[in-house]
This record gives sequence, C-alpha cells and structure tokens, in this order.
Amino acid sequence: MSSANTRRIGNQAINLGARLDRRRVLEKAPTGIVGLDAITGGGFPKGRPTLICGGAGSGKTLLGMLFLVRGAVQYGEPGVYVSFEETAQELTQNVASLGYDLNKLTAQKKIILDHVVVERLELQPAGEYDLEGLFIRLGNAIDAIGAKRVVLDTLEMLFSALPNPTLLRAELGRLFRWLKAKGVTAVVTAERGDGRLTRQGLEEYVADCVIVLDHRVADQVSTHRLRIVKYRGTAHGTNEYPFLIGRDGLTLLPVTGIQPAYAASTGRISTGVERLDAMLEGRGYYRGSTVLISGSAGCGKTSLGAAFAEATCRRGERALFFAMEESEDQIVRNMRSIGMDLAPWVRKGRLRFHVSRPALFGLEAHLMAMLDTVIAARPSVVILDPVTNFLSAGTKGDASAMLVRLIDFLKEQQITAFFTDLSPEQDGEYSGRQSESVITSMVDTWILLRNLETNGERTRGLYIIKSRGMAHSNQIREMLLTDSGIQLVDVYVGVGAALTGSARVIAEARERAEEVVRARSVTQKRSEIKRNRAALEAQIAALRAEVRAQEDALTDVGAVQAGLEQAGRDERAGIGLMRIAAAPRNSNGGRGTGRNGK
Amino acid sequence: MTKPARPSRGVRRVTHRGRPGKAAQGARASRPQGPQVTPSRWHLRLYVAGSTPKSLAALANLTRLCEDHLAGQYELEVVDLLEHPNLARTDQILAIPTLVRTLPEPIRKIIGDLSVLDRVLVGLGITPRTTG
Repeated sequence: MSSANTRRIGNQAINLGARLDRRRVLEKAPTGIVGLDAITGGGFPKGRPTLICGGAGSGKTLLGMLFLVRGAVQYGEPGVYVSFEETAQELTQNVASLGYDLNKLTAQKKIILDHVVVERLELQPAGEYDLEGLFIRLGNAIDAIGAKRVVLDTLEMLFSALPNPTLLRAELGRLFRWLKAKGVTAVVTAERGDGRLTRQGLEEYVADCVIVLDHRVADQVSTHRLRIVKYRGTAHGTNEYPFLIGRDGLTLLPVTGIQPAYAASTGRISTGVERLDAMLEGRGYYRGSTVLISGSAGCGKTSLGAAFAEATCRRGERALFFAMEESEDQIVRNMRSIGMDLAPWVRKGRLRFHVSRPALFGLEAHLMAMLDTVIAARPSVVILDPVTNFLSAGTKGDASAMLVRLIDFLKEQQITAFFTDLSPEQDGEYSGRQSESVITSMVDTWILLRNLETNGERTRGLYIIKSRGMAHSNQIREMLLTDSGIQLVDVYVGVGAALTGSARVIAEARERAEEVVRARSVTQKRSEIKRNRAALEAQIAALRAEVRAQEDALTDVGAVQAGLEQAGRDERAGIGLMRIAAAPRNSNGGRGTGRNGK
Repeated sequence: MTKPARPSRGVRRVTHRGRPGKAAQGARASRPQGPQVTPSRWHLRLYVAGSTPKSLAALANLTRLCEDHLAGQYELEVVDLLEHPNLARTDQILAIPTLVRTLPEPIRKIIGDLSVLDRVLVGLGITPRTTG
C-alpha cells in the first residue's frame, strides 16, 4: 500500500524530472527511487559507472541495492551485486525488510549476489599481480544472467586487503573501462575521505556521475542528505536533498516548486464560522488554498481548525486532522464543550485523525508519513495543528523546506490546507517571529488571533492579515467560544476606543441606559408640548368665545342703536304730527315736510 | 576443509611427484623416519588466467621452489580461470596469480607472480634450508 503510494509520488517526481531534462541526450537507467530520478533527470547514466560516496551509515549500500533490485523488478534489467563487506545472507535479510525476496530473484536469474571475501591476513603478497580474477568472476556473472546493472559495494575494501596501491589503482581504472566496454550501468560505492570525496580517490576514475550521501545531526535530529556532485551531460539538481530511510527503502522528495504550476481554484468553502465567512467576502476560503492561523496559547486555534473540519464533513467531504499535541479523544472531548460533536464524523469515516509527536522522528519521516496518509485518505481538507512544532524536529531552515514541499504537494492535489501556528506574544503585541520566517509568505490566507488584555480580563480578537484574491474584511472581531460553537461579534467601537469582553458589554449597557434616558426625556417633552398646546388651544378657544361674545355684544349694541334711532325718529315724527295737526296723515309727507322745514 | 583434487571438474592438473632431488635424498638419509617421507604432504593450487607473462612466471617460480624445497612431497594443481570461470567465485579468487596452500592446514593464499622468493617461503610456511 505504502510502496504503491510512494510510487505515485515517485511518478510525479519522474514527470518533473522529464520536464527538468527535456533534451534527453544521455540515456538513463532509472533508479526507481522516489525523487532521485527527478533530480538526475531520469536516473544514472546508462552504460557508465556512477560513484556513490558517503560515510558509515549514510545509505550507500541501500541505494546500491535499491538501484539493482528495482532495476530487476521494475525495469527488467538483471543485475549483479558484488559485495566486499556483507555476505549474501546478510544482504538477503536486509533486503527482505524492504519487501524484496532476493532468494526468489536469484532463482529467477534476475540477480546474482557475489560476496567477495577480502581478509588481509589470508593474502600474502609475493610479487606483481592483477585483478583478472575479479574480472573473470564479474564477467561470468554478467554473462550468466545478461546483467545490465552492476553494483560494487564498497570497492575500496580492496585497498585494505591487497598490497601495492599503485598497481591496484591502475587495475581499478582498467576495471571501470572494462565495465563501460561491457555496457553495464555500474554503481560503485566508496567511503568518504578526509578533504576528498573518497578515501582512495576513486572519483578520478568514475568521472560520469558522482553522488555524495551525508548523514548529519543537527539539534539532536539526524537527517540524511544527498547531493549530486557532478553528472556529465545532464542538467541536474545541485542542492543537498534530504532523504529518508524507511520501510520503503530510500525516499527522496525534492522541492518541486521550481515553477509552481498548480491550477488555482475559484471555488470557495466555508470556514465553519458564519461570521468568518462573512469577513471573507461572505464565501470563506478558496478551495485548495493554504490557511494559516497564528496566535498565542489558548486563543482558539484548534477550535477554528475543528470548526473548519466539521464544516467540511457536513458538506460530505473528507477532512484529515494531523494533531501534534493532543490525542484524538481529547480533541473530540474538548470540541464537545463548545457544542461541536466530531464523533459522528469520525464514525462515518469522513474525519480522520493522525496523531504523532514531532520529535518522534525526523522531518523527512514526518513528511513521508503525512504524504502517505494524505494519499490514503484522499481528503479535501488537511488540518495541521500546530505547524510550529516541526521547528522542534529540525532546524528552522529544514522545517521551512519541508513545509514548502508539503504545501506544494497539497496544492497540486487541490487540497485545502489549514495550519495553526503557535506564536508567543511579547508585551501584548503579536511577535509572529517564528512563523513569519517559515511559511507566512507561502500561505494564501493568514488569520491572526490576539489576546486582548484589558480591565483584568483576556478576550480574543480575530482579524485577517491577508487573504489573497479577495476583498476581505479589515475589521477586528471578538471571538467567543460559546456552548453553541464559535461566534464572532463586533467589537464596541466608541469614541477613540475599541472595546471587547466585559468592557464592551459595559459600554454597550451604558449606551443602552443613556438611550433609555434620552428616550424618556423626549417622551416627557413631547407630552409637555402636547399639554402646552392643549392649554394654548383652550386659551385660543376662550379668546374666540370672547371675540364672539364681543361681536354678539357689538351686534346688540347696533340693534339697540338702530332701535333707539327708530324710536327717536318715531318720536320726532310723533312730535311733528303733533305740530301739524291739520296736515293729512302721511308719514312721508311729514318727513319731507321736515326736511323742507330744515 | 581440505579440498580434494578435482579431476572431475576438468582442472588442468599438473602433478609433480617423485623424482626426489639430491637434497631431499640426503635429508631422508639422515632422518629415515619422518613426515617428509609421506608423499603429497603439500597440496598447492595455482590459479592463473590464460598464459599471461605473470602466470607463466608464477608457475616457473613455483615449480622451481617446490623442487628445491619440497621435492617429492607436494602436489601442484594449476587452475586456469579462463577455462573454469565459476571457480573464481566458489574459490574466492580476486587477484591473479593466486597460490593457495590447501595442505597442510590452515589454508593460505599468496598473490603475485611469486618472484619474491622469501615472501613465498614465509607465505607457505617453509623454513628455508641453509645447508645441504
């Protein structure tokens, strides 16, 4: 299973290798080793000798053996393994642990193992000699199975066993020429020498391809590294590439990001927190992007990760949770306390946990284990909590290189990556020193959780530092871990202050109270005005009544006046009549008479 | 661990026996009983690859040495690896020429054209005669 997985990664690597070396002039013999074929542009030079040098325990024998066995099994090229150190039985046992049965391969005439016994005490020198015995031996084995590959592991042992180094050197030169003439692809291993690639200067004879293996311990973590010193006629990777010796033999995952060429998805997926989605244009993260959550201890990074995982499972997709600090049970229990039940998703197989301690093994081993798990689980979301723990499993540079490769891999697979990053705060300010140098430039969305400490309490502030390709919110939100999940609330933004926590609550209450008071006074004013208005209206009515009364009075007065005037006239008429007793009884004549009389 | 002579494998076998030299006769005369009397006390095998100058020189040097020191007590096989390449592996031969002393035990290997006489004598464990 796992070897099939690595083979898949290997195929990708080989594709990359083909890209790296388009003008394939030199024919190559693929090693079948993950990554090595990528950086060599297809393998070792076919029909020529390759020198592999390195110190004790650097993986020379393993590399040689894998080259031979994979050649026989995968590429149909039989091989001869000449061992100057280990016996055939020991080699068979060693290779069995990698899943290859050497006895079977030997019986099928695909491989010949030849243990050359060199013991100094047995050999007494007396005069000139040559290595014709070795030539005959090797030639016989090559012809017996039609071998295309030959491994000579550690040829330099001859120097400790045979006299006359000058003569031996000449013979080895002849051996390499002979191997070339035979057309076999040879791998020669040699011990690393002081100030030289090999103890006996074999690099002088093997000029086509020289590979150095190295095994260093930095901060108590050992890492194997491989470097191509030279490779005639081929553009090759020149870096030191870390590799892993594990159950699949030797795996090497080169940094593939020479030219990042993955497709960018425009699809969006929910963060699992509604208000956080809203802050990201209302649609959440980009699918296949890399998200980093930074924050100090206890500010809710894991919870955000779990929320994201839960949302993923809810959509019917699979999530993979790499936990570096907590066990699966513990995470499930803790998330239950904020109203998030992950157990059903685990049961349904949509959520998988992978728990490992970072210091358990080296970075390469971690990377391999993670890639294996990802390939096996095929999730759409990967959560790594916390990513900063890898810094304890290697140097910062190594951790960074490893994470770059992980991110590249996940992006190629269109898997959304969610990393949490534990960064201590200094003087209340986010330092971010650890993560900034490691991967923050690689991530697409970077969210910062900050502890805000005021009024004797601590609250969590969330804001988005960057989110590539979207118009994200620039506001700070207060994150609450409630019984019913994660909630983001607006912070209290008053005059000259942004408040959170109880200060926010107090400020909000005060504002509410003031509002009530204000509202009440308005009502009072309103009724007062109403009352005044009523009074005024009453006054107006009274005045109107008075006016009417006055008018009425005025009318009365007029009537009286008219009455009086009539009465006066009547009286005067009466008097006139009285004066002119003899005149006819006619009022008009009387009036005219009166006017005339005037 | 004594390997028997292998005529069945078609080894070109050159066996020198008998025709004891004068020195040996003298020795036998002085010490009538002794292990030297037993024929083939010494089993030697010389591996060569064709008739190269080194191989020829080794054979000549060895024959002379045996006649001088082991006359009548040795058996010598010459194995040509060109004719029997498999023996290179089974007998663990690297360098050519290689001389193997299979008897008396333990097995000893001497490489080279055997031109350095002292070394060959030491290698084979023969105490050179000073008199005779």
